[in-house]
Amino acid sequence: MEITELTVHELKEKLDKKELTITQITKAYVDRMKEKENDVQAFVNTLEKEALEKAEDIENKVKNGEMQGEYVGIPIGIKDNICTKGVKTTCSSKMLENFVAPYDATVVERLNEEGLINLGKLNMDEFAMGASTEYSAFKKTRNPWNLNTVPGGSSGGSAAAVASNMVPWALGSDTGGSIRQPASFCGVVGLKPTYSLVSRYGLVAFASSLDQIGPITKDVEDSAILLNIIAGHDRRDTTSENIEKKDYTKALKNDVKGMKIGIPKEYFGEGINSEVKEKLYEAIEKYKELGAEVEEFSLDIADYALATYYIIACAEASSNLGRFDGIRYGYRTKNFTSLKDIYRNSRSEGFGAEVKRRIILGTYVLSSGYYDAYYKKAQQVRTLVKKEFDKAFEKYDVLLTPTSPNVAFEIGTKSNNPLEMYLADICTVSVNIAGLPGISIPCGVNSEGMPIGMQLIGPKFGEENLLNAAYTYEQAVKFREKYKPEFKK
Amino acid sequence: MAKEDYEMVMGLEVHAELSTKTKIFCSCPTEFGAEPNKHTCPICMAMPGTLPVLNEKVVEYAVKAGLATNCEISRNSKNDRKNYFYPDLPKSYQISQFDMPLCEHGYVEIDGENGEKKKIRLTRIHIEEDAGKLNHNEFGGGSLVDLNRAGVPLIEIVSEPDLRSPEEVDKYLRKIKSILEYIEVSDCKMQEGSLRADVNVSVRKKGATEFGTRTEMKNMNSFRSIVRAIEYEAERQIEVIEDGGKIEQETLRWDDVSGRTFSMRDKEDAQDYRYFPDPDLVAIRLSDEYIENIKNNLPELPESRRARYISEYNLTEKDSNLLTASKYLSNMFEDAEKICKEPKAVANWLLSDVSRILNEKELEPESIPFTAEQLAKMIILINKGTISSAIAKKVLEELFENPKDPEEIIKEKGWIQISDEGAIKEVVLKILEANPQSIADYKAGKDRALGFLVGQAMKETKGKANPQMLNKMFLEELK
Repeated sequence: MEITELTVHELKEKLDKKELTITQITKAYVDRMKEKENDVQAFVNTLEKEALEKAEDIENKVKNGEMQGEYVGIPIGIKDNICTKGVKTTCSSKMLENFVAPYDATVVERLNEEGLINLGKLNMDEFAMGASTEYSAFKKTRNPWNLNTVPGGSSGGSAAAVASNMVPWALGSDTGGSIRQPASFCGVVGLKPTYSLVSRYGLVAFASSLDQIGPITKDVEDSAILLNIIAGHDRRDTTSENIEKKDYTKALKNDVKGMKIGIPKEYFGEGINSEVKEKLYEAIEKYKELGAEVEEFSLDIADYALATYYIIACAEASSNLGRFDGIRYGYRTKNFTSLKDIYRNSRSEGFGAEVKRRIILGTYVLSSGYYDAYYKKAQQVRTLVKKEFDKAFEKYDVLLTPTSPNVAFEIGTKSNNPLEMYLADICTVSVNIAGLPGISIPCGVNSEGMPIGMQLIGPKFGEENLLNAAYTYEQAVKFREKYKPEFKK
Repeated sequence: MAKEDYEMVMGLEVHAELSTKTKIFCSCPTEFGAEPNKHTCPICMAMPGTLPVLNEKVVEYAVKAGLATNCEISRNSKNDRKNYFYPDLPKSYQISQFDMPLCEHGYVEIDGENGEKKKIRLTRIHIEEDAGKLNHNEFGGGSLVDLNRAGVPLIEIVSEPDLRSPEEVDKYLRKIKSILEYIEVSDCKMQEGSLRADVNVSVRKKGATEFGTRTEMKNMNSFRSIVRAIEYEAERQIEVIEDGGKIEQETLRWDDVSGRTFSMRDKEDAQDYRYFPDPDLVAIRLSDEYIENIKNNLPELPESRRARYISEYNLTEKDSNLLTASKYLSNMFEDAEKICKEPKAVANWLLSDVSRILNEKELEPESIPFTAEQLAKMIILINKGTISSAIAKKVLEELFENPKDPEEIIKEKGWIQISDEGAIKEVVLKILEANPQSIADYKAGKDRALGFLVGQAMKETKGKANPQMLNKMFLEELK
């Protein structure tokens, strides 16, 4: 098997047995990037040279006993909205095209402490706003399964890079589905952890009360491993929860006997593609075979989740993106004679259409006279959504839904229809609204060979059960052994 | 109708910078006067991805201020974002508190007319961050942004519209200033902008129950300008009303040079701050024990010091009031008194000559350049007869210019009082010899002539002669 086809836990095994060296692994990935990046366009910035140097350096340090992280020397890709000291962090926006953060995000610090090697910064929808990565100001990333389709978004670069074996794993961020939906489109595993489990310090904010960094990996075990590395309290993020550190790999028991799985019927309604439904029903049957107790139930509030999400996310974004004003860093217009011009023109020229749309929407819902009808109401609905989920988790260990109503769509077919693009998030947003953990794992392909994703949702800090449910299914169906991206043109 | 038929109504929003060591949401120092942008970091410069962490000291200081002004302290409070664009505001929003301030429903007492106390109610006290500063670019066009002050913690103290005259406003502001100084949460240096006020002014016919439309004058930072501005603005409003016009609710800028107010923005720019709870910060929850603990450790407040000065030192109520109005002055009084044990003398010097010089120089007591010890030593020198009161006044002037040990000053300047009988006699004889006409006048019953002779003798000795001894000796010689 090719080195780049291996999962991280497989790579580690080979490193431990001295069948592979750190530099061999990094070299294999750099070669793979050279081979596939032209087709896939997953990176905003690749760091081949730096990665190779770092690999050599780390290899020496390991030999001398100076470094001993469990996963030391494993490469990784990082979504380009996570700050990396000395390396550009662009958010795929003209606004930050040349921005170099003077600090590492907390998660990046943790990767560095572990001894992971950054292969490059991955493409995304501008400021993480989008569901196809077509809203990147720089390039359109392709889905490795069919290069004419989108990889999903906003972490499309991360999912496509993992699916095409250009990185063994990657970090993404998820505000309304931005890890899970691209993972589902690209046939990989994407985990959005419980809100507050992973520090947001250094993640360029889109919607602060919804954003969460998480792993995109080839399989569930790797997801648990990467979560082990990045999770944990950070005093620089006061919203991060101070809970005991866990070893999530220990939760992977390959056993769901007696586990109670709830199927919210609202997620299997009209808007969901029939092939998607069909694969989901097969997965449900599989869980029954494995000994889980599956039951359908109603989660009424789900219908309001999308509207609630777009009000809250846009409101927070309109404020969070105020700092991009052309004064201290980032893009500044050349065309100004007054302060107002600097603001108006820098922001008009520096932001793309979708970002501007959301800033305007968010500004509107926070305006005096509209605040109560929109923002306040949305916060009230948010409370109801949380309560409904709490109620569901009194009965069920995990919930099972599609990740997205459809498989990956063709490039250009939705980018001019914002509402249709927003609907791609319909299955994922309520998880962010309630602050819950959600994971997307592949559960088959459609008639055209495009991957279909299944979403599992757990209660707050219920990552262990969630990962075990995903892992047990994954071990039973062995998706990766049956299907591979074909780079269809 | 005349001006006398109207009543002024004022309310104040006082901003005080808190004297915490570090900023409100990052660990940069709050120190004033550093080179531009020296006290900044990715957080207070609002670099993408950074997050605020609330400085707990800020909450503690604000709670202290709330307790010292009889406020109710909120057990549940939160931070909100106030959104607007300006180059001195790096995040394009100010983290403040909107609908759930830390402290509410307080009051302070000022001396009203007829010696009665008047309660001025406080609506609220909330915490927020200061903005940076724009400096004129000396080297080219435009402005330069200095973010040293961005993120320095502030409390905003909002009063009810309970103030009825510029004098009351002045008393109220001095009261707030002295309380904040006493509890040591702000150094209240107005010239450095660490205490400033937005003043709301309206007028109404005496006896009216409804308030008139108010205007707001922002960022006032001297007592004198506040009083002048209120007088001007109230008069302007009365004129507008008398001419049949209507007052526009607007923000004004007071121009100290021309002595006028100017409209700051037009209506088109009416700000909508789009307040909403800051999702980056968790709610502020305070326990009863926390609040009780702060309450039990509050330092002595001006009211209690005032009472003590009257009972312990026999000072007049007026002097006690004046001394305790400024913690700095009051501390200086206590420190000097401890050394020289002359409370009355110390009070007199501080309230007459020292205060006069401060007024002339338009300085606050904090700017007194000499120490309490130096003042006390000067008083000891007077008591010992080493210097006269007249010389002491010169010593005080010198202490303002070039503060050092008064003993050294008088030695250097040769100001030691001549109390030697022989030396005094010598001078007296010399003056008498030179002024036979005055002797004749005196003997003819013109008492004024004695004063003239003493004056001449003082002149001769450059003020160093002991005046009592001079008097006595002239009288003896003239018998």
